[in-house]
Amino acid sequence: MQPVFSVRDVVYTYPNTTIPALDRVSMTIHAGQRVAIMGANGSGKSTLLRILDGLYFAHAGQVEAFGHTLDEHHLLDESFAHTFRRRVAFVFQNPDIQLFNPTVFDEVAFGPLQMRWDKETIIQKVNDTLDQLEISHLRDRAPHRLSGGEKKRVAIASVLVLDPEVILLDEPTAALDPRSQSRVVDFLVAWGNGKKTVIVATHDLDTLSEIADDAYIFQNGKIVAHDTPQALLANQQLLRDANLIHEHVHHHDGQVHAHPHIHFGHHHHDAQ
Amino acid sequence: MAGEAHHGKKRGTFVQRTIDGLAETMERSLYAERLSEQAGVLQRLDPRVKFIGTLSIIMVAAAARNLTVIGAIAAIAIMLATLSHIPLKSFANVWIGMAVFSGLIATPAIFITPGPTLIAIPVLDWVITSTGLRSAAFLLLRSEVSITLSFLLIMTTPWMHVLKSMRSIGIPALVVVILGMTYRYIFMMLQTARDMFEARQSRIVGRLNDADARRLATATVGVLLSKSMQLSNDVYLAMQSRGYRGDVYTLDTFQLGGRDIIAIIVISVVVVTGFVFGSGLLG
Repeated sequence: MQPVFSVRDVVYTYPNTTIPALDRVSMTIHAGQRVAIMGANGSGKSTLLRILDGLYFAHAGQVEAFGHTLDEHHLLDESFAHTFRRRVAFVFQNPDIQLFNPTVFDEVAFGPLQMRWDKETIIQKVNDTLDQLEISHLRDRAPHRLSGGEKKRVAIASVLVLDPEVILLDEPTAALDPRSQSRVVDFLVAWGNGKKTVIVATHDLDTLSEIADDAYIFQNGKIVAHDTPQALLANQQLLRDANLIHEHVHHHDGQVHAHPHIHFGHHHHDAQ
Repeated sequence: MAGEAHHGKKRGTFVQRTIDGLAETMERSLYAERLSEQAGVLQRLDPRVKFIGTLSIIMVAAAARNLTVIGAIAAIAIMLATLSHIPLKSFANVWIGMAVFSGLIATPAIFITPGPTLIAIPVLDWVITSTGLRSAAFLLLRSEVSITLSFLLIMTTPWMHVLKSMRSIGIPALVVVILGMTYRYIFMMLQTARDMFEARQSRIVGRLNDADARRLATATVGVLLSKSMQLSNDVYLAMQSRGYRGDVYTLDTFQLGGRDIIAIIVISVVVVTGFVFGSGLLG
């Protein structure tokens, strides 16, 4: 089966810097996979997502999407760009940069308008998506005046409306309150009944095993580990080296002591 | 709103005053949005009619060579503001700002325009001419009328509808997108600036002297500029990611109704009458 993304020895260096943000990164992602890209801040997670979304282009190596080379030249082709943008969606870490329309309705309608769907279809799809994410009551509000959790749901709705096959999410639960985090995680678990491809950049170990069945750990732009979330979470030394966990110092029974600070599991159910 | 906590404090440190000012500007934006949703005369009109009507009447005021005509247009604007539930005090800042700006440009004309002497200023040996005073009055009144009409349009029309109206009369997509993005950036920059000043405020003890206040303002402008460049790049990437390729598509649902037809007739009468009397065609 043809992979959704095939990344081979990709190198990317930001302008005016010498250290590569991505250094010979290779990975293959198949349809229906739920992949977590983990790593501390500055490890290259966000850069990889932008490359997978055709926003940045590798300086060396090769990226293929759905069997086609994903580069600047191919994205200039309107037909290819149209199809690619329809199939791959990206939810940015900071919803403020993604929400640039005056109302929530306009925001969600932006993508379908670019796809030049007919007006009735757009209105129907936008309303359905607002209902799906339980934000219909926000439809006439200005997106930049919503709470953090509401903004995130609008940002997700704005890409979900296109019914993409792949969704890329950059730190989807960052800076959200617990209830908003839980809503985002619940959405990711349920979305597409496991048939859609989800690629999440995160350093939130708490929700990892729920949102992914395959995980990569990045450090300094390189992949340092690739395994199941459970296997990676069990390797505390690896997590400590990648700055994903830290020593937690606290008082206990009148004594100060330290242990690794780590959380597993979004929540737990007793066996039925 | 954070701004509400500061209401009532007229004076304070430089940082505090800046935070208050930023919060007040954001409050005004919210206030304008609320006003545009009220059930006033102008709010009920098709945005395209308002946009074209405003432009036409501004052009008549700009071309008028009769102060009475410009004054009459100003009176119509004030009447429309009242009928649209726009409190006249909300115009105060706009009028004062425009008066200062136009005044700076108009003042030299009072002295340098040749014409019959009205007042001679001894010592300086300057004269105020009646022609100069008239020219300055024209400039000031035209500017005030134009800003009043534009403000009225903005206060009675959601911003997106203004942008859509621009597109519907053929203003290039690029111009409309830039205007739309500018509004968005201004709001985000206000938020960012307020956050930055609040963070500073929490680390400042006592009152800053003038030199430090200037340094702080300069440093903030520099950081804001850098942030805005990053922000504009990211927003563009986010638009590209959702299929944006430079063209603008909107869900235009404007429809002319009975009251819009009446408004078109009234505007046409005002424009023609204003043009005829203002241009001096009748003598």
